[in-house]
Amino acid sequence: MSTRDSHEDHVPDMDDAAPGQEVVNDREPIGGLTGYIIGFGLALLLTAASFAVVMTDLVYAPAVISALVVLAIAQMGVHLVFFLHLTTGPDNTNNALALAFGVFVVVLLVLGSIWIMSHLDHAMMPAHQMAPGGF
Amino acid sequence: MSATTATGGLPSDISSRSGAHDPYRLGRHDGGAGVGEGGPASRYVTVSYGFWIFLLSDIIMFSAFFAGYAVLSGATEGGPTGRELFDLPRVAIQTGLLLTSSFTCGLASLASHRRDQLFTQVWLAVSGLLGAGFLLLELQEFATMISDGAGPSRSAFLSSFFALVGCHGLHVGLGLLFLATMMAQLAVKGFRDDILRRLHCFNLFWHALDIVWIAIFSLVYLLGASS
Amino acid sequence: MLGKLDLSAIPLDEPIPLVAALVVFLAAVGVLGWVTIRGWWPYLWREWITSVDHKRIGVMYIVLAALMLLRGFVDAIMMRTHQAATLFGPGYLPPDHYDQIFSAHGTIMIFFASMPFIIGLMNFVVPLQLGVRDMAFPTLNSVGFWLTASGALLVNLSLVIGEFARTGWLPYAPLSELDYSPGVGVDYYLWAIQISGVGTLFTGVNLVTTILKMRAPGLGYLRMPIFCWTSLASAMLIVAAFPILTATLAMLTLDRYLGFHFFTNAGGGNPMMFVNLIWAWGHPEVYILVLPAFGVFSEIFSTFSSKPLFGYRSMVAATLFICVVSFTVWLHHFFTMGAGANVNAAFGIATSIIAVGTGVKIYNWIFTMYGGRIRFDTPMLWALGFITTFTVGGMTGVLLAVPAADFVLHNSLFLVAHFHNVIISGVLFGSFAGYTFWFPKAFGFRLHEGWGKAAFWLTLAGFILVFAPLYLVGLEGMTRRLQRVPVEGWGPPLLVALLGVAVMMAGAACQIIQLVVSIRRRESLRDETGDPWDGRSLEWSTSSPPPAFNFARLPHVENEEPYWSVKQRSIEGQPLEAPDSYEPIEMPKRSATGFLTAFFATAIGFALIWHIWWLAILGFIGAYATFVVFAWRDEAEVEIPAEEVARIDRERLRVREAWYRRREEAA
Repeated sequence: MSTRDSHEDHVPDMDDAAPGQEVVNDREPIGGLTGYIIGFGLALLLTAASFAVVMTDLVYAPAVISALVVLAIAQMGVHLVFFLHLTTGPDNTNNALALAFGVFVVVLLVLGSIWIMSHLDHAMMPAHQMAPGGF
Repeated sequence: MSATTATGGLPSDISSRSGAHDPYRLGRHDGGAGVGEGGPASRYVTVSYGFWIFLLSDIIMFSAFFAGYAVLSGATEGGPTGRELFDLPRVAIQTGLLLTSSFTCGLASLASHRRDQLFTQVWLAVSGLLGAGFLLLELQEFATMISDGAGPSRSAFLSSFFALVGCHGLHVGLGLLFLATMMAQLAVKGFRDDILRRLHCFNLFWHALDIVWIAIFSLVYLLGASS
Repeated sequence: MLGKLDLSAIPLDEPIPLVAALVVFLAAVGVLGWVTIRGWWPYLWREWITSVDHKRIGVMYIVLAALMLLRGFVDAIMMRTHQAATLFGPGYLPPDHYDQIFSAHGTIMIFFASMPFIIGLMNFVVPLQLGVRDMAFPTLNSVGFWLTASGALLVNLSLVIGEFARTGWLPYAPLSELDYSPGVGVDYYLWAIQISGVGTLFTGVNLVTTILKMRAPGLGYLRMPIFCWTSLASAMLIVAAFPILTATLAMLTLDRYLGFHFFTNAGGGNPMMFVNLIWAWGHPEVYILVLPAFGVFSEIFSTFSSKPLFGYRSMVAATLFICVVSFTVWLHHFFTMGAGANVNAAFGIATSIIAVGTGVKIYNWIFTMYGGRIRFDTPMLWALGFITTFTVGGMTGVLLAVPAADFVLHNSLFLVAHFHNVIISGVLFGSFAGYTFWFPKAFGFRLHEGWGKAAFWLTLAGFILVFAPLYLVGLEGMTRRLQRVPVEGWGPPLLVALLGVAVMMAGAACQIIQLVVSIRRRESLRDETGDPWDGRSLEWSTSSPPPAFNFARLPHVENEEPYWSVKQRSIEGQPLEAPDSYEPIEMPKRSATGFLTAFFATAIGFALIWHIWWLAILGFIGAYATFVVFAWRDEAEVEIPAEEVARIDRERLRVREAWYRRREEAA
């Protein structure tokens, strides 16, 4: 692409941020290097917490899965905010809406599959009652 | 008289503005270009947004592999389970490598904002090396498992594990190819607008892979090792 | 060296595919030879093959779709004639060939006829309606088209080299696993669909980005034409659903190539998981196809009733409602697989709810016509045919959404009749309506009305004649995909269906004649105003065919029906300023990237089907090299100088003015 085709690229559009674009205005909590360092620190902490949940007995065993899910979602949030600069500002509406649609489909697909398939498993004949050799 | 009046019922130029004619104020919005009042967005916004949409589709593809793993993770067929196979210290190192790589990739992006060729290249190279380290560890893990008779054809559980983790690994590998091409382009062409846009897309890609890895290390490795 | 490929792959013992292949081959050689003799290659290469113009790509999509539509129709004719023939004898298709035919019919009709037709329409129309010069990513657009063409080529190659899948249009496991389908048929299916699926995904990304980020000044969300809204919803569904298809087929591929156990009987695999995942894509796919068709009908009802669309905002809401809810109903494709009552009930209810969105649309269309000054041109006829027959198809769909009823009707010809009823009257009529409606915009002359009307009435009559009997025999228990018909009582309805196919063939013939006649009489059918139907949205404000840059100056939009209101103002005698100055326009440069990528993708696909590993590796290297060469270029755009823009635009105005003068003199 020619160098002169898009001089507008250099002027950040305050009403329409590109995904991951760091538009330094009042909506961005912490920008620049500080933001990345804080994000990195938080992500390291949360990762360490996840490993600690599994490698120690700190968490009641049946609750491990909930703890892991919560920590994972928290860490994804950290990445989105500090590395991908996603904010709740109107300049990010399009980006956040697209993300929300994607998350909606992901949740439906994973939870729906688990629900449907567990039902089908319950309805299946136990393996020892089946004719030898499968179906 | 303009060409329009000469053609009577056939206006010539729709771009001319002659008074608002929008009684219900439909489509009126307080925002600016982002809601489409101001004409096409800049190339930077358009390209990044397109890549963002592509990343979402990629993440949905991962979710299908996740669904496969969630359904099949119990089907070990008497073979080894996650508890016996997963080596958590290795996973911790992999996680550290990929997370740091994401961080240094962010530093490269900051350096590119300053148009600092040296540090952009240095941080990109560091990100690439960390990613390559991650990939090596993963390949080593796969090789060990396959040689121990725990390859993907051992059980449905292992099939879904290899497919999910392997798909992420494949993405990291393609990301490294992307990165190498990008570094060469940056060295040859400098901080041109299109190069900056692609660099930004690479950033998005690399951070997204790290987000997928969070789900993998939590829900596959840690959960598998704990149950 | 050549993997599994040897001479035995060519079915020398089967006359039907061989003769068909020979005919296709001779036709292709004839066309290529003609092009060579006339010296059209440089023109084709410059103006079409390497073009990144959304209008050209849209036209190429529709040409591909029309060819594949004929191919799929031939399969349908063979199935109907074969079933009718089995009433009196053994029929003429052996079981394994019959299975390939119904598999190829479904695969081709969905992936290579309906999808390209709908995508072609969106490609051509959306940037024009948005008032912009091209899509957000023009070269990616070309890549998407050529990958789709590559998939279509692979499917048709299976006719001559090897075989096609015998598993139905969705290769259900474990039948499609290596144990039960050891041949290359399923592999052809897998790689053809994967390659074209990637192309479709690119187009989806492109359309979402274009509609959300590239609109003429003033064109806010609630001013977009409804076709843009339905295209947006459809493209969002493509982006969210096609990756599921990619992943599912990748799992089946891993099972077949590397001994994985996703869907096998052995090793703990779960065949039901395949059905679950494939329909998680498959149901949204239905709406990917039909939503843009709804958009076409909305435009047509409004234009030919000379009224704004009734309930514009409820239409937008219904579209987005369908877009979201379409992800929550996929289990209704396998109610009988054995999930518990609460799972079936939940998905049954969701399925009934999604019909509400379509119901809203149907009432809106009826109210759009109410009190309007209706013109019965061919596009309007297709739309009216749609609204009457689609309602029947929708009602039988709601019937099938009741799990208890589905246990009786599942896998029967009633189901087959239902989905043909919605796909033909929705997607196919929508495609034909859109084709007739926007043809003058694309080529500068209208299609012949008489032949168009004949085509409509014959297609409608044939369609009802085919599928009404199939509903009946389905209710009586005839299952789908029968190579022999075991019950004598089913004979008469099947013969009526055969008659229906003959009528539909006549309809298709009229369609082809219409095109030929229209081309021959193009001078008398010429559209000089750019506005042949008294249209309401921006695409009618430019010339037919539009210049490469679509609009000499980007339109400024002030309400929902920009072109209509401008015309009204002009009639009221308010003068509009003529453009006195023009600016140079930058357009994307043509690129062979799409064609080359598809060339290498075809090589990769063919190599992987036949296990020719070196060729696959070469293909990947070639594809990467193409990508790098594209990324390395320094000039991505060409500039059209201001004088050229001015010349083209003034010529457009002159032609228009001359037309108007002639009309005034006549009046």
